[in-house]
Amino acid sequence: MRRSMLFIPGNTPNLLINGGFLGADALIFDLEDAVSPDEKDAARILVRNIMKYMDLRGCETIVRINSIDTDYWKADLEQIMPRKPGWIMLPKTGCAADVLTADAEISRWEERLGMEPNTVRLMPLIETALGVENAFAIASASKRVGAIFLGAEDLTADLRCKRTKGGAEIDYARSRMVMAARAAEVDVYDTPFTDVNDDEGIRTDAEYAKSLGFTGKASISPRHVGVINEVFSPSMKDIKYAYEVMDAIRLAHEQGRGAIALHGKMIDAPIVARAQQTIAMAEEMGVGKAVQHEE
Amino acid sequence: MKNNKVVSSLAEAIRLSGLKDGMTVSFHHHLRNGDHVLNMVMEEIAQMGIRDLTVNASSLFDIHAPLLRHIENGVVTHLKTNYMAGGIGRAISSGILADPVEFRTHGGRPSDIELGRTPIDVAFIAAPTSDPMGNCSGKYGKSACGSLGYAFPDAMNARQVVVITDNLVAYPMLDWSIPETYVDYVVAVDAIGDPSGIVSGTTRITRDPVGLVMADRAAQVIRHSGLLKDGFSFQTGAGGASLAAAKYLRDIMLREKIHGSFGSGGITGYLVDMLNDGCFESLMDVQCFDLKAVESIRTNPRHQEISASHYASPSARSAVVDSLDVVILGATEIDTDFNVNVHTDSNGSIMGGSGGHSDTAAGAKLSMIIAPMFRARMPIITDRVKCISTPGRDIDVLVTQGGIAVNPKNQELLLRLKDAGLPVVDIHDLKEMVERTTGTPAPAREGGRVVANVIYRDGTLLDTIRSVPAK
Amino acid sequence: MEIIKRAIAGTLESSDAYVEIEPGDSGIRCELESVVEQQFGDSIRRLAEEVLADCGVKNANIRITDRGALECVIRARIEAAVMRGKGE
Repeated sequence: MRRSMLFIPGNTPNLLINGGFLGADALIFDLEDAVSPDEKDAARILVRNIMKYMDLRGCETIVRINSIDTDYWKADLEQIMPRKPGWIMLPKTGCAADVLTADAEISRWEERLGMEPNTVRLMPLIETALGVENAFAIASASKRVGAIFLGAEDLTADLRCKRTKGGAEIDYARSRMVMAARAAEVDVYDTPFTDVNDDEGIRTDAEYAKSLGFTGKASISPRHVGVINEVFSPSMKDIKYAYEVMDAIRLAHEQGRGAIALHGKMIDAPIVARAQQTIAMAEEMGVGKAVQHEE
Repeated sequence: MKNNKVVSSLAEAIRLSGLKDGMTVSFHHHLRNGDHVLNMVMEEIAQMGIRDLTVNASSLFDIHAPLLRHIENGVVTHLKTNYMAGGIGRAISSGILADPVEFRTHGGRPSDIELGRTPIDVAFIAAPTSDPMGNCSGKYGKSACGSLGYAFPDAMNARQVVVITDNLVAYPMLDWSIPETYVDYVVAVDAIGDPSGIVSGTTRITRDPVGLVMADRAAQVIRHSGLLKDGFSFQTGAGGASLAAAKYLRDIMLREKIHGSFGSGGITGYLVDMLNDGCFESLMDVQCFDLKAVESIRTNPRHQEISASHYASPSARSAVVDSLDVVILGATEIDTDFNVNVHTDSNGSIMGGSGGHSDTAAGAKLSMIIAPMFRARMPIITDRVKCISTPGRDIDVLVTQGGIAVNPKNQELLLRLKDAGLPVVDIHDLKEMVERTTGTPAPAREGGRVVANVIYRDGTLLDTIRSVPAK
Repeated sequence: MEIIKRAIAGTLESSDAYVEIEPGDSGIRCELESVVEQQFGDSIRRLAEEVLADCGVKNANIRITDRGALECVIRARIEAAVMRGKGE
């Protein structure tokens, strides 16, 4: 279950050592924009050690390496790959070829380190007009790609438009990303909401992203993590309904009935699929049983 | 003829007060780290050759460092205070005073003064505005500090009372805090303090993301405590994370349209905002921390000045702390029995004091400690705190970034927080988790002789602090 | 591995360590200033020797100004300083 992804600057010990305590499902250790060129070497060693020695309390690890048009990204992988990160985030992914370039290098490391192929997954960060237009090609370029992630700050710069709180300027990109990801059967993550002090704004923004079909949302502020987790979790009502659906199915099976109705509504395959997803998430959240007990 | 109490100089006032060797002088700390009065008075006293004095100051800040010289020279031989900043604390911890410092609480000090346990011979009242007869206030003048709460017991009980002001106005000044009936002499000086050290321009909440996460959790704990409803009363310290918690609490109260009763204690702009937004009916103010609070107490009749006794005295018929629902407090250490240390740092050197910590903890229905799991690699949770400032029986819950530990004595709160899905964890497990991260610190060195006694609000000895060799 | 030039890594911010390393000719000389000297001083000095040994550094003068960094952070800062000082 990956609802929230929290960015942590790669050369800031105070935040790195607290990453595991901040409630995020996944941590993005950032070696790219958050680290100045003359500290890249120190940051990758620091992040590598954090991953090696700190108890991250079950948080998934994502490392944002530098883009493949820089001199840094291979050295990033050299330090990070032995730590077996959950994900490598590839910034400024513009086309399928970018994915394949990174994929090949990661594969070489997996082989050298004796890891199963595709252990380390790839999350292309799409933050250019070209990337958005190529979203499906990127999402389906390699089996290693497990999710795509929209970066709206760079994108709006590329689009030569202003980044606004309402976000009308990224509506197309958001829809396009969701469509591409779902077509390629990968997860899709929304851009961070950058106003750290706007508590209502983050909720509205996260709810909107969820309504479009995003899997979850990234954040640059630990304070946004709670709201994101809440918005992208199934509600108690959803969970209860999902269990009711599964019970109804079981009952129908036992009684040998074909068509199944619940609360006067026909249950079809998409409803069952959604109920299964909801229950899987609820169980991971540790609330599945609690709801059943209430019955 | 008593129609003018203004005397020509501080020296003259001291002479007239009859101050002699071995007596007790007192000071209040509303001018905080901008205070000039304590230094000014002690310098004058030293020059007059008076020795062996007891200084009873409600708090001591690093600006009071010249006091250390008076200690070395034998002018001052005893100290009683409720709080001592690190600069002074280090010197005291190194053992420069033969007799231990007496630490009290903001409620215990006025109580002991009123009960005659700690009599004061001459009280020096730093007054931002006074008239010639001694009607005085902290709300006006270039050195305005707002409330004069801690000065009331001194003024009302000292044998002699000297008001020192840098804003002498015509008689009668209205809206006084301390009336002329208690005042013997008035001295006008150029400046009683440095305004930049007296109050902050604005107090700001922390920007540290970890502090904000703790603050968020703290607000959630209050929300689910069962106490956050109409009539709610609340106090918080001025630490960055505590203030952030107040801000988040305000957001919750506004969203859920909860109308509280009062906010109390040291008052900041954040509590003033809550008053003005309708979160509270009133503020009970013993001390102002920033300009917004000073402005508010001057102009808003629902922002009420209270005396130290009214705030927290355990021997008063009742005090504001007795009506508190929730207080948010800090800690330098907390142990697995929830005892809290706010007196000493990780090396055992003095750098603080109770202030109102144990008073509010004793009074409030819910006493919350908010603290990071570790500060600069030092775990916050220990087996036994180096100094008990507030006993664990008065603490209900510890909020850290890694989890919320509830004192087992408060099972109701434990259940409520669990039901709310908050990350509740046993304090022993939390301690273990912290030490897995930081490593286990080498045990503290056993100190030397006793340099301070920590006296609980009821007058009993709570703990002692031992000397730490100076570096 | 030899340290051939003076190098630094880290910062003086809280929870970080500032590490300076320079060529030496008589083994490892370690100077430590730490806000947690009393609690962790000896363990940090041991750590520094261990990390330098792991890096194969036999002669160097190292000065660590520790602002309460966790062990894995100090380790990273020493490693970074060594990498910068070996001058390859």
